[in-house]
Amino acid sequence: MRSIVQSPWSVWLLSFSLSLGTALPDGNAILKRIDDNVGADNRVVVAEMVITGRRGTRTIRTKSWISDTEKSFTEYLAPERERGTKMLNLGRQLWTYSPDSDRTIMISGHVLRQSVSGSDLSYEDLMEDPRLVNRYTAQTIGTDTVIGRPVWKLELTARTADVAYQQAKLWVDQERSIVLKEERCSRGGRLLKTTEVREVRQFDSRWLARSAVFRDVLKAGGGTELRLDSVWFNVNIPDSRFSKAALKK
Amino acid sequence: MIRFLVKGLMRDRSRTLFPLLTVAIGVSLCVLLDAYLRGVTGGVFNATASFVSGHVQVTTRARGREGAGASNELALLGVGRLLADLRRDYPDMTWTPRIRFGGLIDVPDSTGTTRTQSPAVGMAVDLAPGSPEYRLLRLDQSLASGHLPGAPGEVVISDDFARRLGVRPGDRLTLVGSTMNGSMVVRNLTLSGTVRFGVTALDRGALLADVADIGQALDMADAADEVLGFFDHGQYDDRAATRLVDAYNAAHPAEGDFDPEMATLRKASGFGSLVDVMNAASALVIGIFVLAMSVVLWNAGLMGSLRRYGEIGIRLAIGESKGTVYRALLAEAFLVGLAGSALGTLVGLGFSRYLQEVGINIGRMMRNASMVMDDVIRPRIAPGSCTIGFLPGLLATFIGAAIAGLAVFRRQTAALAKEFSS
Repeated sequence: MRSIVQSPWSVWLLSFSLSLGTALPDGNAILKRIDDNVGADNRVVVAEMVITGRRGTRTIRTKSWISDTEKSFTEYLAPERERGTKMLNLGRQLWTYSPDSDRTIMISGHVLRQSVSGSDLSYEDLMEDPRLVNRYTAQTIGTDTVIGRPVWKLELTARTADVAYQQAKLWVDQERSIVLKEERCSRGGRLLKTTEVREVRQFDSRWLARSAVFRDVLKAGGGTELRLDSVWFNVNIPDSRFSKAALKK
Repeated sequence: MIRFLVKGLMRDRSRTLFPLLTVAIGVSLCVLLDAYLRGVTGGVFNATASFVSGHVQVTTRARGREGAGASNELALLGVGRLLADLRRDYPDMTWTPRIRFGGLIDVPDSTGTTRTQSPAVGMAVDLAPGSPEYRLLRLDQSLASGHLPGAPGEVVISDDFARRLGVRPGDRLTLVGSTMNGSMVVRNLTLSGTVRFGVTALDRGALLADVADIGQALDMADAADEVLGFFDHGQYDDRAATRLVDAYNAAHPAEGDFDPEMATLRKASGFGSLVDVMNAASALVIGIFVLAMSVVLWNAGLMGSLRRYGEIGIRLAIGESKGTVYRALLAEAFLVGLAGSALGTLVGLGFSRYLQEVGINIGRMMRNASMVMDDVIRPRIAPGSCTIGFLPGLLATFIGAAIAGLAVFRRQTAALAKEFSS
């Protein structure tokens, strides 16, 4: 599975601080800055996903090894029931390994549209091309304030018909180029998913969203909060980590 | 008088044959149509009751609102106690729990690598020895190969699905799905057999397993998506079901989203309105039939009147009153209608009975259907089938003769002598 850190849903997680002028800048230039901030360096991330369902809350703890924008390896650390479950994402391909069944299974077809562990994110969401400029053209439509930060408000339109969300709105921190709020819509403009950043923090001198809440608007429940625990940048990750053999180890 | 009329009818076949055949054909079609629609409606009700909603269904309030496609997160908890209560309070019904689940079926090759995959719709039912599910789902008759699940991890899938996947009894499958809480579950299963339910919507890709076994896999021990109730006499009775549901819901008011709530088959399956439309269509067809036959028989009566112009004139000339002649025509029509209706009912019942035995297979038309109904439609003869065509048959003949016979009153008795001399 492409790590949450690498997903298009959370490009803001790895954005650098940048200063922008106060005039309305070109939307596509802002998108490029966000993408540039994501970078393609190796990293290891420990995160928690707090899923608030209709009957209660569950917390999933994962550790992810990420190399550029194409490769990731994720291991579930908790809860006990899912501990040892691993996922490998290579480009558009996704495999999962379950220690209970001792099987490595390729996830494809309609399962990709299902939610990741009951969260508000689907596998497809996490597997989308993380580079916004590849998927959208943007227009800056104004300014606003989100969690006390001045932001640019952007309207995005999909470049091709195969992009899952044909329209989107982004609220981008003017200084740090972090996406602080996001709304994803269908072609007809129907709101489908939202993201709201709750806390921003510096990890290893980079500004990242420490906590953000994702919501599938069509799904009942209290949303999914993603919390970053630790992030290590420029880590040496051997190629063998991104192999199917590593899933069974 | 009646004997006189009957003799007249018997001796002059041209007066009776066409109206009699018309009535008989119309009535037989009416009987057949009624039995066919009963068969379709009954088939939909029975298949829906068996595979979807029972005659009544207990679910959480939230699941009842969101329908069968709702997540397992909305399942009933404490099902053991709920079942015990239902069986104690409603002993004249059969109660059984079910879990519905979806997922991906992955078939490994000899090295454990994915050979093929397909989405599957799963249903977990009570497969303990003596369970009513064997009867309700016709499991013994549906088994196409292998045996029904008897050990943990054993499942059956539909025969068509097994062919598509290229698996046989004894092969290993892996279910990739999610638990009641949303966690991913990857469970190894053994295919114990294949089934053919004769319901296209299920035979496309159904998986059947034991409810206790799947409950463990999906974190649903002592939980179920629904508890279905079936009347012991086997037929859906909407009034009895509505009474039962009203009484249960009044005694157990559902306040929270996860409190149990009962619903009738009509409401739970969501096709109550469809059945109402079918019943209305049936009444409309019979109405149109009566109207069309009346017009045909009116026409026949007019032709008869023209042909019998002289006879009626003589009867009026020798002193019979117009009313007497008119009543005699009506009595003749009544006798023709009676005979035609009886003949038509017999033919219609015979043909319906034949089709009830052989059935009409509509499986090819159901390839993309999502409605749960048997692929073979069997017209169903009910006590009402014997009378459904009778009244329309009599009415049509009577109305036809009554309209055509009005011509009798337009005859000028003063001109009769002139008519006969010319």
